Amino acid sequence: MVLNIDIAVLFLMALSALWTVMTRSLLRSAIGLALTSAMLTILMFRLHAPLAAVFELSVCSGLISVVFIATISLTQPMSQEKVLQHMKDRLERFWYLPILLVLTGIVLSFLNLKFNLILPAPEIEKDPRIVLWNQRPLDLLGQIIMLLTGAFGIVILFREAKKK
Amino acid sequence: MSAQALTLFWPFCLFIVVLFIIGFYCLLVTFNLIRALIGLELLIKAVTLLLVLVGYVTRHEALIQSLVITLIVMEVVIIAVAAGIVLGLHQHNKSLDVRQLRNLKG
Amino acid sequence: MLSLLILIPLAFLLLMNFLTLKGRRLAFAVVMALSFFQIYAVFCPTIMANRPLHGLASVFDFTLAVDGLSRIMLLCIAIVIFIALLVAAPFVKEEDKRFYFAGLMILELMGLNGVVMVRDIFSMYVFWEVAAAASFILIALQKKRDPLEGAFKYLIFSSVATVFVLSAIAIILLISGDTSFAAIREALRVSPHSFLITLAVSIFLTGLFMKAGVMPFHGYLPDAYASAPAPVSILLAGVVTKTLGVYTAMRIVIDIFGFSASLQSILLCIGLISAIFGALAAMGQKDLKRLLAYSSISQVGYIFLGFGCGTPLGIAAAIFHIFNHTVFKSLLFVNAAAVEDRTGSLDMSRMSGLASKMPVTGTTSVLASLSASGVPPLAGFWSKLFIVLALWQCGHYGVAAAAVMASLLTLAYMLLFQRSVFFGTLEKGLEGVVEAGFGLTLPAIILAVLIVGVGIFFPYLVHTVIFPVAYP
Repeated sequence: MVLNIDIAVLFLMALSALWTVMTRSLLRSAIGLALTSAMLTILMFRLHAPLAAVFELSVCSGLISVVFIATISLTQPMSQEKVLQHMKDRLERFWYLPILLVLTGIVLSFLNLKFNLILPAPEIEKDPRIVLWNQRPLDLLGQIIMLLTGAFGIVILFREAKKK
Repeated sequence: MSAQALTLFWPFCLFIVVLFIIGFYCLLVTFNLIRALIGLELLIKAVTLLLVLVGYVTRHEALIQSLVITLIVMEVVIIAVAAGIVLGLHQHNKSLDVRQLRNLKG
Repeated sequence: MLSLLILIPLAFLLLMNFLTLKGRRLAFAVVMALSFFQIYAVFCPTIMANRPLHGLASVFDFTLAVDGLSRIMLLCIAIVIFIALLVAAPFVKEEDKRFYFAGLMILELMGLNGVVMVRDIFSMYVFWEVAAAASFILIALQKKRDPLEGAFKYLIFSSVATVFVLSAIAIILLISGDTSFAAIREALRVSPHSFLITLAVSIFLTGLFMKAGVMPFHGYLPDAYASAPAPVSILLAGVVTKTLGVYTAMRIVIDIFGFSASLQSILLCIGLISAIFGALAAMGQKDLKRLLAYSSISQVGYIFLGFGCGTPLGIAAAIFHIFNHTVFKSLLFVNAAAVEDRTGSLDMSRMSGLASKMPVTGTTSVLASLSASGVPPLAGFWSKLFIVLALWQCGHYGVAAAAVMASLLTLAYMLLFQRSVFFGTLEKGLEGVVEAGFGLTLPAIILAVLIVGVGIFFPYLVHTVIFPVAYP
């Protein structure tokens, strides 16, 4: 019973990723990405990573989807004939993907790798917040610097060209 | 490994590989700049799932969660910068077609 | 104390954002002062010794460490940032763009410093991404069409390389319990899962090779170098790809994976392919910066050749070649910037005879080309000699001979480049060209002095500076 939920959600995630890639309109792709993120969040909850799951939901499902939808709506669509031609071309290229995936699934299910993993010692600290703040302060410093870089980047790149 | 972890490990691995393939295929085959970014984002999700799976299997969930949080922050900034570049390219070329980026060959 | 190299730039960056408009003009001077401070700090033992801090300052106690390799990289980073800032003045003209440029340079400085000083594989990834993000924004700063294209390709390649590296880290975490270098080395030594280790190592190396821009993963490099604005090209060619790719490869192999025979052959193979095919590709280029970009690919191949031997001589020679390549490649890009500034184009078929009009640029460019080709008594000769010697000592006679041949190819395309741009009769339409301004000649002179000085004083330097630094 417990196992089936995981497999079901994994399958849904793969399906939504497939739909994201193969759908025609960009807007639906962005929504599909948010959906895949949501499935990923559920999986992360199941894998005992609740804090990371919440981050994934709020940031990837939320922030990144907003960024994508903003970018998509700021870029003009192509003219009508180009759109139709483009859609025909797309289908020719992209329908290889499900076939490839099914083949991969068949091939991999024949592999019978047996693992006896000798695991490393269990960890001492169980709370990720303490791990992050006390044991890995360098990562925090890096995150701060990265966010500053992001701020600079957004200010520089997203500003409208005023002097044109 | 506990029996439960062992039974979960292989389906997760399979689907992570599936996600990787979808992401790479999207990145390689698409002619649209934004869809290339979407493919990249799918690849990053695959890596995130792989990390969380490793954390579950080795029972080091706290370490892995702090790594995943940092990873998510990093990738948000990269995607934001990429979106900015795509916007700039669109302003110049008036299209999102990768085939238009042939200006530099020589 | 080592964290000062990251925290002081951060403090200055935050301060700068609160300054008034008048104060923002000092932005360039601030960053130059920071790079001077870093050059001083490399040679200052109290900063380099990472003593633990007590009391209130213990919140700043990060696990950073330097050894000889890191110190040389810190020196290279500081030199290149300083040179790039000097060159930036005629290319970045608007006031607010200058402020952003200085801010991004500080961020890049912090990122690169972080990469060379950390002792933890995931923190290395964090600062790696910081430096990469800062360089993408720097390339796209002026939002012209070509730089945006180069920045996009660079971004996609770099991010795919990041995905590879992270997957390898995930597999490594199955075996090791912690992400620090020492813990991983211990775990890899005692672990019996050789299949997983091989998988992780190969995926990791693939990611690193993509970041370093060696063949066959070099697709983004010529576009990124050629289309970036001039000071950013200097920054990219001088340190970014080298730190993010070559330094990390050396650090990972030396500290974690160790030199196995298959690893050595992979490094030698990739190094050889890059050295030879990079040189061959450079010969057919018409655009000045693209030629220099392919030349960079070739030289990085050389560094991997020296490194792939595994002997102390090979590693020392590779580290020395990193330093030399920083100096002469930055000098060549400074000259390219001077040429672009005065003639307005980088198309080599449309210029010749510039040496009569731009004497300083011409002379320094000749010096840099000769150093790149390995002509005595300049600095490049010594590092290339040692690389070939190290290969010979290892018994890779064929590879050593091929390395010498690649060096001859380098001489060939460098001479072609010199002849087509600087010598010969003056092209029509170039009559009005004068020597480039102070900001472009001063860095050229400084770098040329470094090349000649290190070359001539090499027998003295080799025992006092180079070998002690390379054998920590």
